[in-house]
Amino acid sequence: MTTLTSPSPAGAPGSSDERTLAVAASLRQVDARRFRTDRIMQVLVYLAFALAMVPLVSVAWTVVDKGIDRFSPYFLQHSMRGVFGGMDAGGIYHAIVGTLEITAGAAVISVPIGILTAIYLVEYGTGHVARAVTFFVDVMTGIPSIVAGLFAYALFALFFGAGARFGLMGSVALSVLMIPVVVRSTEEMLKLVPNELREASYALGVPKWLTIVKVVLRTAVAGIVTGVMLAVARVVGETAPLLVTVGVIDSINYNLFAGRMMTLPVYVYDQYSKGLAPCSSSATDCITTINYDRAWAAALTLILIVMLLNLLARLVSRYFSPRMR
Amino acid sequence: MSATSPPTAADRPQPAPRRGARRTPRDHGANRAFRLVSTGSGVLILVVLAAVAVFLVVQAWPAISTPSDELADAVSWFPQDTSLLEFIGPLVFGTLLASALALVIAVPLAIGIALFISHYAPRRLAQALGYAVDLLAAIPSVVYGLWGAIVLVGFVHPIWVWLADVLGWFPLFAGPASDPSRVLLTASVVLAVMILPIVTAVCREVFLQTPKLHEEAALALGATRWEMVRTAVLPFALSGIVSGAMLGLGRALGETMAVLMILSPGFVYSFAVLQAGKQQTIAANIAAQYPEAPPLGVNTLIATGLALFVITMVVNMAARAIVARRKDFSGAN
Amino acid sequence: MDRHVKLSRISRVGTAVAVGALALTLTACGSDDPVGDTAGSDGSASPAAAESDLSGELNGAGSSAQGAAMDAWRAGFQSANPDVTVNYDPVGSGGGRTNFIKGGTAFAGSDAALADDELTDAATRCSDSDVIEIPVYVSPIAVVFNLDGVDNLNLDAATIGKIFDGKITKWNDKAIADQNTDAKLPDLAITPVHRSDESGTTENFTEYLKGAGADGWPYDPSGDFPIEGGQSAKGTSGIIQTVEGGQGTISYADSSQAGDLGTVSIKVGDEYVAHNPEGASAIVDASPRVEGRGDADFALEIDRTSTDPSTYPLVLASYDIACTTYEDRATADLVKGFLTYVVSEEGQQAAASAAGSAPISDEFRAEAQKAIDAISAKS
Repeated sequence: MTTLTSPSPAGAPGSSDERTLAVAASLRQVDARRFRTDRIMQVLVYLAFALAMVPLVSVAWTVVDKGIDRFSPYFLQHSMRGVFGGMDAGGIYHAIVGTLEITAGAAVISVPIGILTAIYLVEYGTGHVARAVTFFVDVMTGIPSIVAGLFAYALFALFFGAGARFGLMGSVALSVLMIPVVVRSTEEMLKLVPNELREASYALGVPKWLTIVKVVLRTAVAGIVTGVMLAVARVVGETAPLLVTVGVIDSINYNLFAGRMMTLPVYVYDQYSKGLAPCSSSATDCITTINYDRAWAAALTLILIVMLLNLLARLVSRYFSPRMR
Repeated sequence: MSATSPPTAADRPQPAPRRGARRTPRDHGANRAFRLVSTGSGVLILVVLAAVAVFLVVQAWPAISTPSDELADAVSWFPQDTSLLEFIGPLVFGTLLASALALVIAVPLAIGIALFISHYAPRRLAQALGYAVDLLAAIPSVVYGLWGAIVLVGFVHPIWVWLADVLGWFPLFAGPASDPSRVLLTASVVLAVMILPIVTAVCREVFLQTPKLHEEAALALGATRWEMVRTAVLPFALSGIVSGAMLGLGRALGETMAVLMILSPGFVYSFAVLQAGKQQTIAANIAAQYPEAPPLGVNTLIATGLALFVITMVVNMAARAIVARRKDFSGAN
Repeated sequence: MDRHVKLSRISRVGTAVAVGALALTLTACGSDDPVGDTAGSDGSASPAAAESDLSGELNGAGSSAQGAAMDAWRAGFQSANPDVTVNYDPVGSGGGRTNFIKGGTAFAGSDAALADDELTDAATRCSDSDVIEIPVYVSPIAVVFNLDGVDNLNLDAATIGKIFDGKITKWNDKAIADQNTDAKLPDLAITPVHRSDESGTTENFTEYLKGAGADGWPYDPSGDFPIEGGQSAKGTSGIIQTVEGGQGTISYADSSQAGDLGTVSIKVGDEYVAHNPEGASAIVDASPRVEGRGDADFALEIDRTSTDPSTYPLVLASYDIACTTYEDRATADLVKGFLTYVVSEEGQQAAASAAGSAPISDEFRAEAQKAIDAISAKS
């Protein structure tokens, strides 16, 4: 057993030279084929990775290449009010406002619910209810974003009638998508908190709720913040639910509770669907492809925001996570 | 609880002390309130999920209860002489076909990438490469849509023409390949790219969990690296791969923007994925028709959304059930 | 423990600073006045403001075909009347008409005139007064195609109908070649592209094919393209992109969006006429009004079979629908002011440059203005 070098039945003792040679030859043959397979698979595995990088590089390159020209402070600081046709004007300020407010609204709804649910699951939950919550949180992760949008629409249509569209609806839709992500990541983080800390706290006579707030949450705070940021990064690029709930507008609307709002992903789609602008040959201040240019520049902004959130999340988890030594 | 050594994530299946919340004598006041609030949050999640289902049903009801000929009168895009179910049927078919194709493309790739990161790439590089794959998930779907509609559609056309020429006898690739390639296969390619990160992440996770002893035993027996992967890693990871694929399927089923921006929609049962105007997915159809839909049309769209919700629920529950079973098995180790 | 507390405090301070800074930049730098005219949202007095005594909010909804023109009209009207905000919600023609009839909006944009039963409801909504329907947005529809080496084709309506019906499948088909003896037509499959969403463009296009195409087009006019399957796209932009993306593609779209694509000259009488705005407004003038409606109702039956080569009968005429009598003074004045601007030469020119529409003729403007002047409030 100890000297075996291959799984082939080569264990027979070399009683005759001829047989040994034959076995060796067959071995080598088999080995050649095996090593070839190994090589081929290695190449395939490398190829799979390279292939996956093609769309990443292509998307990144296209967005930067087409978006960078229009990407400017002016673009970031102005809305689209009064901009029409092929006018060389207009920006995404209103969309940034909308995206930030709606996403913040979603975070305000989902973070407390998400963290409390995670606390319930880790610190209190036992039995059927806890198992059901765990299971359905997982299931909820898979709710299609457009269905979340329809849910928010259906919910608010009950109170405000069929035509209602305002920022908070979008926040509710996004929080349906965000809650399970927050629960999941917070749960993981709370599980990482050593029991010794809890027990030490109990031993000092600290009540359980205070232990959770002052010891458990505080120890896990970096991880929780990271999780929340990743969750925000996930929902900030959602388009479909906002298309259904928040609509489209070209002016700045700071009010989350009344009126339509523009958001970055919807802005990208809206500009894309406007298509080429008609320009008479005499017009000087007219760019035919202006709508596409704006769409790409807004896409660039959106990707930058998402990347920034991801980066911040990783930094937070790297520099602020507790190190037990 | 004797030692003070730091426990790690993996070897801690039951982390919190089950102190029997109710039995504690001090369960009153703030303590009790905090317990109730957090329990309430947990229950709220169940309520929300139930509410999603209930509200969808409530809003879909007018479409379900209205006779189909009235529906066709009120909603311009609702075909004549068709029941609601017959209307949803092709949409469900298109959704499943698009997602299945995306899965067929993405899963082998994801396994390859996960293997590359877990077993092939140099240890130092592995994590950075993992981030690169995760970056794919960071790109918003509308950007994928933009890229797919403007860049990819032109890029894949010669390939699709070639496919139709060579494999045209196979129903899936029946020609002629439409020009431009605003076809289901193009949309599926984008979907595949979009679900790649999650499938890869799950695969990577389970590949890394393969018991080191199994791997080393395989290598000690003289197995090549691939043989080690095939005999030790893959069998161990099989259920993980399946559940990763199901999760990816769940994502692909509900993806809206990419399909909306790429596909020429059609409403027939057809496998011809290289021909335009044959299939449409539920999510893309909702997004396309919703902005200009009359009230009853919105109800109809919500009815299709309900169908999508049910499908994704089933897929995700199946995926989670597989994961749960797997946990039971590995728990025995 | 101490360490963690400190860290979280640092991070908390950091977060607060970051959020504060973000909020500061946002409120400080944002501008709702990208074009740079003084008539911004702050309502600062501009020269025009002194002349205008209009103020308030005017809401409309409807046709998305008018969307681009409406953007221009709103911008123009708002800069002349800084205290006015005009909102237009492109929910589609059907939705626009429904909203208007229900009283949700003061006016509607619609690619089709009100149907008879809708007209009755609309009159009720308008305090039992007449309904105004004016074709304010007239746009020639171009039949566009993408075929290397061919910029222009001559086709009659029957041939166009057969192409879109899938009866003619090759570019070098005899029916096409006979009308284009000079063009080098390849042996290439024709890919007709249609709108996947309901649209006034499709409705007018199919109406033209049905009216002028004789036996070439067996389907009834409809906002949804009547043939299942085939290449399709959402919105005019989607159409143009699809046609550009393929070889041998053909479709129909607002002429302003045709860009560098090849276009079809359609047969009018004995001549082939390329799409042109003058022809489009000429056909509107030449078309009879729908009978049995009020004086203010300019619902047209566009003469698709016109044989006068100075007209271009393949047009989309999109209406603005309003009341002659409103409940309150303010709304009546706003609607009157806005519609006056829309049909004015300035307004029509603004739409022409923003959306490539065909400005309405002076005679038609005079008639329409008379109807608009009659808008009043219930006394």
